[in-house]
Amino acid sequence: MSNLQNWIDKNTYHHSEFWDLKKLVEAKKKKNLTISLCLPTLNEEKTIGKELIIFRSELMERYPLIDEIAVIDSGSDDKTLEVAKNFGADTYLASDILPNLEPKRGKGENLWKAIYQLKGDIIVYVDADISNIHPRFVYGLVAPLIYRDEVKYVKAFYDRPLAFSGNVRPSGGGRVTEILVRPLFSLFFPDLTAIIQPLSGEYAVRREVLDQIAFPIGYGVETSHLIDVYHKFGLEAFAQTDLDKRVHENKPTQALGKMAFGILQTFIKRAKALGVFEKAEHETILRQFQAKRDQYEQNLIEIIEEERPPMIEIEEYRKKFKK
Amino acid sequence: MKDFTELKKQLSGLEDKLKKYREVLLANLVMIGEIPAPTGHEEKRIQFILNRFDEAGLTDSSIDDAGNGVGVLSGKESENALLINAHADTIFDTKTDHTMQVASKEIMGPGVADNALGLAALVTLPYILEDLKIELKNDLVLLAGVKSLGRGNLEGIRFFLENNKFDIKNAICVEGIQLGRLSYSSIGMLRGEITCRVPETYDWSRFGDASAILTLNEVINKINDIRLPKRPRTSIVMGSIIGGSSFNTIARDATLGFEVRSESQEVVEKAGETISDIVLEVSSKTGDQVELDIFAKRTPGGIPYSHTLTKCARSVMETLDIEPRLAPSISELSALIDHEIPALTLGITVGEQTFKSNETIQLEPIYKGMAQLIGTILAVDGGYCE
Repeated sequence: MSNLQNWIDKNTYHHSEFWDLKKLVEAKKKKNLTISLCLPTLNEEKTIGKELIIFRSELMERYPLIDEIAVIDSGSDDKTLEVAKNFGADTYLASDILPNLEPKRGKGENLWKAIYQLKGDIIVYVDADISNIHPRFVYGLVAPLIYRDEVKYVKAFYDRPLAFSGNVRPSGGGRVTEILVRPLFSLFFPDLTAIIQPLSGEYAVRREVLDQIAFPIGYGVETSHLIDVYHKFGLEAFAQTDLDKRVHENKPTQALGKMAFGILQTFIKRAKALGVFEKAEHETILRQFQAKRDQYEQNLIEIIEEERPPMIEIEEYRKKFKK
Repeated sequence: MKDFTELKKQLSGLEDKLKKYREVLLANLVMIGEIPAPTGHEEKRIQFILNRFDEAGLTDSSIDDAGNGVGVLSGKESENALLINAHADTIFDTKTDHTMQVASKEIMGPGVADNALGLAALVTLPYILEDLKIELKNDLVLLAGVKSLGRGNLEGIRFFLENNKFDIKNAICVEGIQLGRLSYSSIGMLRGEITCRVPETYDWSRFGDASAILTLNEVINKINDIRLPKRPRTSIVMGSIIGGSSFNTIARDATLGFEVRSESQEVVEKAGETISDIVLEVSSKTGDQVELDIFAKRTPGGIPYSHTLTKCARSVMETLDIEPRLAPSISELSALIDHEIPALTLGITVGEQTFKSNETIQLEPIYKGMAQLIGTILAVDGGYCE
């Protein structure tokens, strides 16, 4: 078994492993940890109320797992902040945090400013557009950080189709992940292909990691986190949790194009800085995922892009056409 | 009846105290409401409710043979029991998007009023009572009943009432809406479907002069002509109609869903017989197959307006500034009446668009509604209703 498969087996969880919230809260208390939940928003009035009700009820009132919930908004023009305030969240406009800095607009900006504004030892980020919200979106991510000191960064992934015939099913991320990020990681950062959904917007991170990494303010924030945390702390700092199904609005292809463009910029910047483009040999194995029952494993596909030279360099050609 | 001064003291400020439980109650509401539970398929919703009962430390909670979720909050004396019931099923099928939308002042979603809110009140009660340090003398039996609506015909609660081991002295049925409703009696009811079918051997050369819809129309006209008495009050509700398949094909079948309601059992039965005659008459006249299927019945009954339980509930409502609206019910109350258990139906908040996918409830009145429920429980438990 490869090292990467070992890592996957050891660091991949399913949220149901952490159903015992009483035990989780006790472990958190014992380790004297504080946890902040950050919901970055931009026009999320339809879903934010429900997220707040459920998190406050289940993870503050019933089981005191999180210590604060903050909504950091990019300047919504709907009632997002009004609804959030009404349901008891601390609400902030991103531009009001660190007001001496030139304001920038993007999700990454909100996530970055949360590090300054929120108090927790652990910050868990959850997107505000999830319509099937459930407490697992938070406890599934913070649990590995509470139980295992060496884990610093926990990513969400979503899977478990309700019906699937056959033993093996393809698994992995969305379109941008499978078409752009996974091939890029396979080429230049093969270890990072162990992360099943590198672009998922839900993750929990220790403060000492968050304050050490840069934050692209746009689409590249998740990709840059993975590369930077991997570079500074190694793959062992990561874990990932299967949160089952996540229901949200599907983005049109054009929006994905914008996203991919932002991610590429971030990736190239980091790859250049780390000198990975200069490596003489890059990988020729594409690493995708498949799942057998509850086990995830990598599917390695060798893809060698061989080339033919320009025809003019072939002697027979030159002879035939007298060139 | 016992003097209400002490109870009024308990009720004073209760509405405000309940605001503290907003998130817990609404989270229960949203999570319950998002689990589809069409009549006969309530298992997942009941399992969630049972988990809540377990988490609240109700040691005796279980799912009975009919599939009902039952939780027991033991009282200090545990001699008698007060049953709190909320039906768990909805009219929406599993394919309906059950997402609940939470706005500042309201929550919208299919079945949010009928009866996700009633169930949320039921499962949050033990949590609230414990946190408010309210200890009851009697057992509080919490029942999330299955197969209540439509063809379910109160099967869940009937099974529970026939087979439970508790000494139930009183019962309260909880519905999401409307706040202020006070039902203490059941009217007579008969619910059924009339299905018309054009026979397979139909002569298609009779161009366009027959269709199951036309036949059903004939039935409807005749039902409409039935003379109903003004006293006792009686009505026939033609509630739903399904038929045909497209613009340009003759409808092969058509179904009418109807209900006869009356204060008098005799009138209900008579109307039922008349409908049965109409069905036979139209069937023989048209040659189409016309079938009558009666699948639910209720007999009128209940406690009188002057019953101590009704008086108690009215006093609680008055104390909380709730205007009681008296209306008979044909819901679970009927099953309780059949077992001669004094019972009431109460609503928790106000709402609209009932039975539509954009069913909506108002959040602010919920605290008053919950205070009313807890107040009535305290009144029964404290012996004010004897």
